Amino acid sequence: MNPSSVINVEKLNKSFGDNHVLRDFSISLNKGENLAVLGKSGSGKSVLIKCIINLIPADDGQVMVLGRNVNELNQEELDKLRARVGFLFQSNALYDSMTVRENLEFPLRMHWKKSERLVSTEKAVMEVLNDVGLIHSIDMMPEELSGGMRKRIALARTLILRPAIILYDEPTTGLDPVTAREISQLIIKVQRKYNTSSIIISHDMNCINTTANRVVMLIDGKCYANDTYANLEVSTDPKIKEFFD
Amino acid sequence: MNKTNIMESAFKNNTQFLNETGDIARFTGRFFKELFKPRQEFEEFLRQCYWVGYKSLPLVGITAFIMGLVLTIQSRPTLVEFGAQSLLPSMVSISLVREISPVITALICAGKIGSGMGAELGSMRVTEQIDAMDVSGTNPFRYLVVTRVMATTLMLPVLSSLSNAVSLYGGYIGVNIRGQVSWHLYWSQIFNALSFGDVVPSIIKTFFFGFAIGIIGCYKGYTSKKGTEGVGRSANSAVVVASLLVFMIDLIAVQISDLLGLT
Repeated sequence: MNPSSVINVEKLNKSFGDNHVLRDFSISLNKGENLAVLGKSGSGKSVLIKCIINLIPADDGQVMVLGRNVNELNQEELDKLRARVGFLFQSNALYDSMTVRENLEFPLRMHWKKSERLVSTEKAVMEVLNDVGLIHSIDMMPEELSGGMRKRIALARTLILRPAIILYDEPTTGLDPVTAREISQLIIKVQRKYNTSSIIISHDMNCINTTANRVVMLIDGKCYANDTYANLEVSTDPKIKEFFD
Repeated sequence: MNKTNIMESAFKNNTQFLNETGDIARFTGRFFKELFKPRQEFEEFLRQCYWVGYKSLPLVGITAFIMGLVLTIQSRPTLVEFGAQSLLPSMVSISLVREISPVITALICAGKIGSGMGAELGSMRVTEQIDAMDVSGTNPFRYLVVTRVMATTLMLPVLSSLSNAVSLYGGYIGVNIRGQVSWHLYWSQIFNALSFGDVVPSIIKTFFFGFAIGIIGCYKGYTSKKGTEGVGRSANSAVVVASLLVFMIDLIAVQISDLLGLT
């Protein structure tokens, strides 16, 4: 295992019935790096990051996150580790019965002591809302927000626990090109400010080109290619080329 | 459908039933495990008590009033036939307090609260809101399930007691539609008729009704699958299973009361 890597996945296997989604899949994410995982719809990209955070248990293989093997942790240890790994859902998964403020405060209830919450919650909420440029929406309900705003609030909720790693599940899917570009810029901004390492699941080539330091191609459940965007873009391999054409 | 197919289908249904029973047992086990852990969500528990208890008051109250009124009006002719109309308050109060009021209240709550929990948690499951709580390490089970099950367990006896009182008031109106019984006489007849063995077991069993409604509603919602169709199915089966469990618990409670000589 590379000592600078914050996530190390070794020979991960995951099947749903006869559908083998991941076959001996291995990747590592280095500290401070943005790694994009590119693949067709249904190729298992989302399953991969859900296995990393143990939201879906892997069938076989090892997943090391921040030096801990996620498959060997008990619930309490896993909860503590998860607080250091942010996850941005494709659907945003905002709590629809809570306001933006309550959405942002929610993750703190388990990880901050009551005394700490009383003193620092407001400041933390305002800071992350400022980071995503949506301070004015603090008392709005999720249903009142546009798609781009929801994505930003979901990212703010991820940031409030100051994670070391962020897993982005298709962050620009369903957004117009302008908003998608803004979200891509926001991913870069967050990485610089919070010094996070990220895995970005996407098939939006503009987003990947803007955000990723390295790209892994997931084809037929395996790591088909692992290189920079620039190198993959000029590849003559037909399976790689079809993503860039 | 030939004989082999029927056998296969029956075997599949039985396996599904046993699997689900096992899953519910595991879910219940997890509830008790989480219940005794520190850092409970007291605020959310109070909010759920408000929703389960206070918000169900009008429906339970109106139903109870009509129940008491109708039971009295319907029972009167039979008693008159035997010249026993003076026993009407006693008979109505025992029927209501021992059996009708707790069971009807539980069935109303199974419909209103059980389906609501099934749909709410089911919708949270399919929109990944429960997963979002999970990945932020905030223990959704404790926040969503423990609070709701505790609220139904503690609020159902309250609702049932209120239902007893309102239905007996309905009975008073019913008695006075055709006859004339004073307020004082009506209530003194009721209190003379009711004993410890009538009231306490009926209150105790409502704790179990509440627990069953909460755990089934939460289980069905929490394990919901297959999108919006799954949410509808969760809400529906929460009502069906919880109602069935209410009757089964009632049957067991009656047997236990009988064994203890409380009937």
